Amino acid sequence: MSDDVIWHCIRHNHCSFMAKITTGIFCRNPYNATGICNRSSCPLANSRYATIRDHDGIFYLYMKTAERAHLPNKLWERVKLPRNYEKAMEVINKHLEFWPKLLVHKIKQRLTKMTQYRIRMRKLQLKVREKVMTMPRKETQRHLRRMDKAEKAAQLEKNIESELKERLKKGVYGDIYNYPFKEFDTILEMEKDDVAPAEEEEEEEVEYVEGDDEMDDMEDIEDFGGLPDDEDDDDNDGETDEDDLSDEPVAKKPKGRGSDLRSNIGKKSKKLITEVERDDDMGTRRRTRM
Amino acid sequence: MAKERKRRQPADAPPPGDDDEGRDHRREKKPRKERPDPVLPSQIKNKDKRKEVHAKLKREKKAQKRKLARERGQAAQRAVELGEQPPEKLVPRTIENTREPDETVCRPDDQELFAGNDADEFNAVLKQQTTPKVLITTCRFNSGRGPAFIEELMQVIPNSCYVKRGTYELKKIVEYANHRDFTSLVVVHTNRREPDALLIINLPAGPTAHFKLSKLILRKDIKNHGNPTSHKPELVLNNFTTRLGHRVGRMIQSLFPQDPNFRGRRVVTFHNQRDYIFFRHHRRYIFEMKENKIASKDKKAKTSESKSQPEKQVICRLQECGPRFTLKLLTLQHGTFDTKNGEYEWVHKMYHQICCHTKVVIIQLPWDYTSLFLPFSPSKNLSLLAPCSSRLL
Repeated sequence: MSDDVIWHCIRHNHCSFMAKITTGIFCRNPYNATGICNRSSCPLANSRYATIRDHDGIFYLYMKTAERAHLPNKLWERVKLPRNYEKAMEVINKHLEFWPKLLVHKIKQRLTKMTQYRIRMRKLQLKVREKVMTMPRKETQRHLRRMDKAEKAAQLEKNIESELKERLKKGVYGDIYNYPFKEFDTILEMEKDDVAPAEEEEEEEVEYVEGDDEMDDMEDIEDFGGLPDDEDDDDNDGETDEDDLSDEPVAKKPKGRGSDLRSNIGKKSKKLITEVERDDDMGTRRRTRM
Repeated sequence: MAKERKRRQPADAPPPGDDDEGRDHRREKKPRKERPDPVLPSQIKNKDKRKEVHAKLKREKKAQKRKLARERGQAAQRAVELGEQPPEKLVPRTIENTREPDETVCRPDDQELFAGNDADEFNAVLKQQTTPKVLITTCRFNSGRGPAFIEELMQVIPNSCYVKRGTYELKKIVEYANHRDFTSLVVVHTNRREPDALLIINLPAGPTAHFKLSKLILRKDIKNHGNPTSHKPELVLNNFTTRLGHRVGRMIQSLFPQDPNFRGRRVVTFHNQRDYIFFRHHRRYIFEMKENKIASKDKKAKTSESKSQPEKQVICRLQECGPRFTLKLLTLQHGTFDTKNGEYEWVHKMYHQICCHTKVVIIQLPWDYTSLFLPFSPSKNLSLLAPCSSRLL
C-alpha cells in the first residue's frame, strides 16, 4: 500500500494511536520519534522510518525500510546504541548515512532528550526520599484508647511523688531539705512578736525613701520601659510561684536573712533591693536627660 | 454456666402464686406462661420498651453492687470494732497484676546485666566520662506545633541545640553530628503540622530508637504551669524493668547530664506503663510535713488520738511545666539510622500485643518479649524472621 493512501486513511478516517487534545494532535505509537501526528513523523505512513526506543535504560535504534514492508515480523531492524552519547551519535550517523536529513535530525534530538532523562532518572533513584505510609485509623484509635487506660493505671503524680520521697529518705538531696521545721516556725513566731517590728521599721524607712523616689520617676519609667521592666517581671514571676508552693525551705541561705525571708516583709525587702538598683539607674538616666 | 443456672432457677421454683395458677387454668396458655426466662432486653423489638427494660435492669444491677459494697464495708467496720482481723480487701484485677512473671526482668544481682551495661554504647555518658550534648532537628517540613515543641524540648534537655533540617539527609546529619562530638541526635517528625514521631539516635555508633509520639500537650496549655529554670534536672525512670526496657531507659538517661543540680528542683519523668512511656516535666517539687492524717481521723474517732498524733507525713508537692507527651517504641535499631541495611534489635508488631480478654491471664506485652531482645553484639546474618531461640544464641 502506498504511504499516501495510508496517511489519508489515518488522518482523515481513523487512527487508534491518535490523541486529539486541546494543545494539538498527538500520536501514541511507541515507534513515533516525535510524538506528534503529522505526515513526516508517522511510523505507519512512512515506509522508511527510524526511531529510538528505551528498553530498561538501554537505547536501541529502530529502522524500517520499504524492502521489508511485506514482512511484519522482520519489519524493524534494531541496533543497540552505546551508553556514551557521542558514540551513540556516531552509530546513528553510520546507520542513517543516506537517510533524509530531517529524520536524522529528529532522531538525534530524541537521543539527546532521552539521555537527559536517563541521567535524571538515575539521579532521582539515588536520592533518599521519604516514604509515604498509611496510618491505619483503627490501629491508631486503639492505641489511643489503650494509652488512656495505661495513663490512668500509671497514676503518674502519685508515682513521681513517691519516688521523690524515697529519694529524700535515701538522702539524695543532702542538707537541702533537712530544715528543722519546728524550730524554724518557733523562731519566726518569736520574731513576729518581738524582734520583727523593730526590723520592720528600719526597713520601712528605707522603703519610704525609695518609694518616694520611685513615685517621682514613674513618668520616666513609662518612657523608658525596656530593661528594668523585664527585670521586674522576672522577679514577680519567681515570687508568685514561690507563693503558690510556699517555697520556704529553699537551699541554704545566710541565717539572718533566711529568717527574714520567711516573712512577707523579708520578701518585700528583697524586692526592694532590686528596685533600688533600678532606681539608681533611672536616676542616672534622668540626670543625663536633664 | 451461670446463664443456664439462671434460666433453670425460676423453672425449678414454682414461680407464680396461687391466683396465678388459677389464671393459668383459665387461660390455658401453659407453654407460654411457663417460660421462666426473664425476657432479655435485646429480644424486645419495640425500642421504647427495650430501653425501659434495659434501664431497669441496669438500675437493679447498680443497686445490687452498691448493696454488696455497703455490706462489705459494714463487715469490715464490725471486725475493727470487735478487734478482729478485718476481711481482706478485694483487689481489682488489672493488666499489671495479672501479668505473667517474666524472666527478662532485670534483677539487682544480675552480673551479666552489669557486664552488658559496662560494654554498651551509653556507658561513656552514664559514667560521666563525657558530657551529653544533644542535637535536635526535625523532619523536612516543620510547622504547626513542631517549633513550639522543640523550643520546650530544648529547655528540658540541657546542653542541646537545634539545627534546621534543610534538605539534608539524616545520614549526613549523623555524620555532621559525629564530627562535632554530639552524643545524641533527636529528630522530631511532624505530620499534618502535628509532631507525631520521635527518633532518638545515640552517637557515634549507638542504637536508634523510633518512638511514636502522641497526646502532646505544650506548656501553655497546661493549667498552672511553671517556667523551668536552667538547672540540670534530675531524672525519674519508672518501670523500665525488662532487658529491653532497661536498654531504652539507659538510652533516655544518656540524653541528660548525670550530675543533676538538686537545688533547681526540676524533675523529668519517664514512666513506662504497659509499653507507653509517659513524659512529664515538673519543677519546684517541695517536701512538706503535714498532719492531714489527724484531720481525717478526727472525723472518725477522737478516741484514738494517741495513734494519730505523732506521725507527721512528708508530702511532696509538684508544679508541672514543660511539655507532656506519650511515647511508644516502634523500633530499636542497631547502629545509627539506616532504613535499608539497618539491623533491628526489636520491632513492634501488632500481634505481640494481642492479649486474650477471655482467658485473662496470658498477656505478653512486647516490652517483655524475651525472644526479640538481642544481646549487644548481634551477628550479621540474623534476620528478624528467624526463630527466636536461634536468634538469641
